[in-house]
Amino acid sequence: MATAKTLTREVDLRPPNRRFKSWRPGPTLLLVPALAAIAAISIYPVILGLWLSLRDTTLSSPADSFVGFANYQQLFTDSQFWNAWVHTIEFTGASTLLETLIGLVIALTLAARFLGRGLVRAAMLVPWAIPTVVTSKMFGWLFDGQNGVVNYLLRSAGLIQHNVSWYGSPDLALWTIVMADVWKTTPFMALLLLAGLQTIPHSLSEAALIDGASPWQRFWRVRLPLLAPTLLIAAMFRALDAFRIFDLVYVLTGGGPADSTEVLSTLTYKDLFSALQFGYGSALSTAMFITEIFIALGFGIFILRKLKEAGQ
Amino acid sequence: MSATPANKQTARRRFVFLPWNRLMIYACALFVVFWSVGPFLWQMSTSLQLDKNLVSGNPTLIPDPITFDHFINIFVGKSFHRYLLNSVIVAGTTTFLCLLFGAIAAFALARLEIRGRFGILGFILAVSMFPQIAIVAPLYVLASQFGWLDTYRILVVVYLALGLPLVIWVLFGYFRTIPQSIDEAARIDGARPLTIFFLVTLPMSLPGVVTTGLLSFIAAWNEFMFALAFTSDINHQTVPVGIANFTDVHYIPWGDIAAASVVVTLPLVTLVLVFERHIIAGLTGGAIKE
Repeated sequence: MATAKTLTREVDLRPPNRRFKSWRPGPTLLLVPALAAIAAISIYPVILGLWLSLRDTTLSSPADSFVGFANYQQLFTDSQFWNAWVHTIEFTGASTLLETLIGLVIALTLAARFLGRGLVRAAMLVPWAIPTVVTSKMFGWLFDGQNGVVNYLLRSAGLIQHNVSWYGSPDLALWTIVMADVWKTTPFMALLLLAGLQTIPHSLSEAALIDGASPWQRFWRVRLPLLAPTLLIAAMFRALDAFRIFDLVYVLTGGGPADSTEVLSTLTYKDLFSALQFGYGSALSTAMFITEIFIALGFGIFILRKLKEAGQ
Repeated sequence: MSATPANKQTARRRFVFLPWNRLMIYACALFVVFWSVGPFLWQMSTSLQLDKNLVSGNPTLIPDPITFDHFINIFVGKSFHRYLLNSVIVAGTTTFLCLLFGAIAAFALARLEIRGRFGILGFILAVSMFPQIAIVAPLYVLASQFGWLDTYRILVVVYLALGLPLVIWVLFGYFRTIPQSIDEAARIDGARPLTIFFLVTLPMSLPGVVTTGLLSFIAAWNEFMFALAFTSDINHQTVPVGIANFTDVHYIPWGDIAAASVVVTLPLVTLVLVFERHIIAGLTGGAIKE
């Protein structure tokens, strides 16, 4: 009590404009509701999940005991897990690459001023705002094997002879999902890159122009290096997001046909809520978490190196 | 860089916009618009067509005749309004709480003296990168212990935590653009931090707050996995779960699905088009640039 009083007096002795800074508990208290909500839904469950992954908890039976790393051992020999792991990596790689490249091309083209630019930008937000479940159903209808309009258009153009079963055949299903994801996310990627492009001073491009650089050189030597941090950060966020893909697969194919589109999130979800294996399912999601950390680290190191290079 | 005069000339000639260049830009713009809006237009057209025309093998973009059967089906036959009501309650409550907690936190981080503020911001960002499937099982266990399964509460709490990082980051960036001198003036007049927040900072950043609110509303409105895992009856299921379950045993009701898609998406698309400028500014200013 005595110390508290002395402290208050000390505070009051300061000039009035400094007093604000000494309300120590005040500012931090303002963070409490937000941080408490975030911690309650993320930190605590993650720890609980790690704990669950070391048990054989199954909701459909009384089994619930500590089994150490048995779940992880089983995971390493589980062909379904590796199958889903490979699909997830394939999907993440393909969609991130396509979205970044197409997004970059769109951003570069739209960086110029032209009539109706606002309209185009507004249109680009439409796929982003549509619920993913709706996107899945929409692509289900567009790429339907019998009455899908894509088949109709391709047949009319003479590109295919017979209807293609896009998401009904094991060879094409994952690629149909990649297409749906590219449709949904590329415009947003382009908007992010466009914003990045607009922060690059025009004078730099012009200086290179006066020095006689061709448009190609100006792109590779001036704009791309300056855009690289934005590009890499956007790609990293995209990759981390793509890695968690659930809605599109679950609604469009449910992981089929013949497990050809099974990804880690859908496999985990089935283990959890169909088989009710909470212990094993948690081990699966932990393995996913670890892979995701590696992806983030990989990108992080690469970005830091690029930034250092740029700094020198 | 050194260049021969000839080189310089070609470069300059290329910079002056040739019509071909313009043409490329407009072709690309047209392609982007077609790409973005085309599939949804097809969905709208589908929702107004008769089932027999949809499977006739001769698809047309203009519905002939126009029918509202699918819209009647989803409301009368499938109680779609119930899902809509659930979604409005969940997303609305989430948005309100997200804005309240998030804005106060962002204000404290941007304006008040907080030790390790960038550590806290980094932590918040890292949390938003968690694979969500990793928390669904433990949260399910917790929710069933609390008796929170099949309630709005569990969804609101989860969406609140998932939405807060974006709200805090975007508003943090926004609040930083307001001149510090305004706060100082209020402070000298004896205003406490929360008074400054509610009477000065918040009114001054209304566009940012509205945009962020819209973003968290869209996120909560569209979320699927947690809603699927935590709710099992129509009294609490949200729209995405409703649409995902629209599959009949015998056939896929594409027309009904399209009608439902239009009903849930049209309000969002309208809002997004109205707030387009603010959304892009908010997302790109706060989320990508540091």
